[in-house]
Amino acid sequence: MATVAASGRTRRRRRNPLESRRFLATALIAPAVLFIVVLVGGPLLLAMYLSLTDAVGGTLGGEWVGLGNFRNAWEDPNFRRALRNTLLFTIVSQAIVLVCAGLIAHALTRPIRGKWILRFLIILPWAAPVPLSTIGWLWIYDSLFSVVNWVAKQLHLVDQFNPPQWLGDPTLALAAVISVHAWRIIPFAVVIFLAGLASIPSEVEDAAKVDGAVGLKKFWYVTLPLQLPIATVALLFGIVFTATDMTVVYILTQGGPFNSTQMLTSWAFFTGIRGGSLGEGAAVSLYLLPLLVVVAVLMLRFARKVEVT
Amino acid sequence: MITFREKLTSYLILGPFAVVLAFPFYWMLWTSFKTEQDLYDVNNVPFFFGHGSPTTKNYSFLLHQTEYLTWVKNTAIVGVAVVAITLVLAVPAAYALARLSGRWGQSMGVGIFLTYLVPPTLLFLPLSYVISHFPVGGHAGLQDSLWSLVLVFPSFTVPFSTWLLMGFFKTIPRELEEAARVDGASRLRTLFQIVFPISLPGILTVIIFSFSLVVNDFVYALAFITTSDSKTISTGVFTELIRGDIFFWQALMAATVIPSIPLALLYNMFLDRFIAGFTGGAFR
Repeated sequence: MATVAASGRTRRRRRNPLESRRFLATALIAPAVLFIVVLVGGPLLLAMYLSLTDAVGGTLGGEWVGLGNFRNAWEDPNFRRALRNTLLFTIVSQAIVLVCAGLIAHALTRPIRGKWILRFLIILPWAAPVPLSTIGWLWIYDSLFSVVNWVAKQLHLVDQFNPPQWLGDPTLALAAVISVHAWRIIPFAVVIFLAGLASIPSEVEDAAKVDGAVGLKKFWYVTLPLQLPIATVALLFGIVFTATDMTVVYILTQGGPFNSTQMLTSWAFFTGIRGGSLGEGAAVSLYLLPLLVVVAVLMLRFARKVEVT
Repeated sequence: MITFREKLTSYLILGPFAVVLAFPFYWMLWTSFKTEQDLYDVNNVPFFFGHGSPTTKNYSFLLHQTEYLTWVKNTAIVGVAVVAITLVLAVPAAYALARLSGRWGQSMGVGIFLTYLVPPTLLFLPLSYVISHFPVGGHAGLQDSLWSLVLVFPSFTVPFSTWLLMGFFKTIPRELEEAARVDGASRLRTLFQIVFPISLPGILTVIIFSFSLVVNDFVYALAFITTSDSKTISTGVFTELIRGDIFFWQALMAATVIPSIPLALLYNMFLDRFIAGFTGGAFR
């Protein structure tokens, strides 16, 4: 009796497409994939197309100009500067981030009192919406009432009557943009590092202890090699988040003074939206693509490597 | 057990970093309670109050004399709509990629995740072109409409959430599903009655982080929305509360502090799950 009912159910199940693993998988995955193809793939292709035309905002289409936009952009000193700034911005802020985050994460793994509140304070810059927290930095770097300068004056580190103009001097402004971005990315890297440290099995720790590896030696021979894969992940993400960020530079300096802190992203915005030259703006932003492809390839390789082990 | 020296080094590293990283928030909070006169008194700058401070005047100015509440409301509307779309698309896809498909599921999952790396700064120009040209529902285009953001934001929340959820679904023991199927439940029923309820913490994590991605966007909101009453807090505060050279510093700081603190608290509550999901996707 029971067997009959069960086999009947199996037969019914076989006829129902929702019970087919393959069909169900496709049906569940398709909407997400379609959405992504339409809203990421489509615009990416459109960006490539626009970059080859002289399209301007507000009109449909534009004349085909081949690689003209890329050439024009390249010959513009502002673009060169933006490209240089983007590289500098990415490399310097990531170097700061890796060192600081490594130290913090390592210290945070120890069971100490008050860890919760320390972690909360350290995560704050990543948790707060960056378009808002950057406005806070605008006030911190204010020309007259900068709190950084106030502290520096108390410590007699800067000229009392002619303190540094953080956002008014090209070099300092770039340093300010880098510092704010590093400030924001450090907690993210800490989070990734913590995940990495958590995945180191405790047997390894114990073995290292038995073998007499302590302090720096342990860090260099045991923790660091095991941390390397996850550090790579943090770095790759950091590179993408930094090279493609526009929020910090737009709010802090708007590319100024005199376009000295423009990044590729902000320059694309000023060219494409403010200037209305959609085609050239698209070309500027597409200069970011090679970097992103390199990062993507590295990530894929990395994912595969981890999958095997 | 850790030694006293190890403990001390931890505090010596973490203390200064915590101070530096959190200082801007202290400074914003402090500034938001200052009177105009006190703000510009150099003697009182970072650690003191005077001239009638502290005051809550700045908060009432922000709430009653600016469109701040409208922006908060807009942000909430966009956030809720985007989170809903994200869940509808990402939850089934993540489950199917983690469980119903074999090797190609893993590759496809990585593929979907990689699209998260395509930045808004690369897509906003073509998208703004599309948004302003395609007539939808009788409007000339989606320009200046909140719906433009609702449509576009899932392009980064879906890849990200799918990835996170894949990690969560992989941690659910297969035996649970198999038991339900042996008992005669259909695949869909297993999904709704067994898998989703257990994954609730993971789904909550995805809700929090998708919402925070929405609040963090600046580029799309800046490119698509120019009318003040359709702005979200991410652009509204910056573009409307700074008028030319006039900065309403205290109100600006108040506007920043209000959403930051609750978001940070939520973030911290779900951080451990986030770490688990984030690394679980690829680095099982």
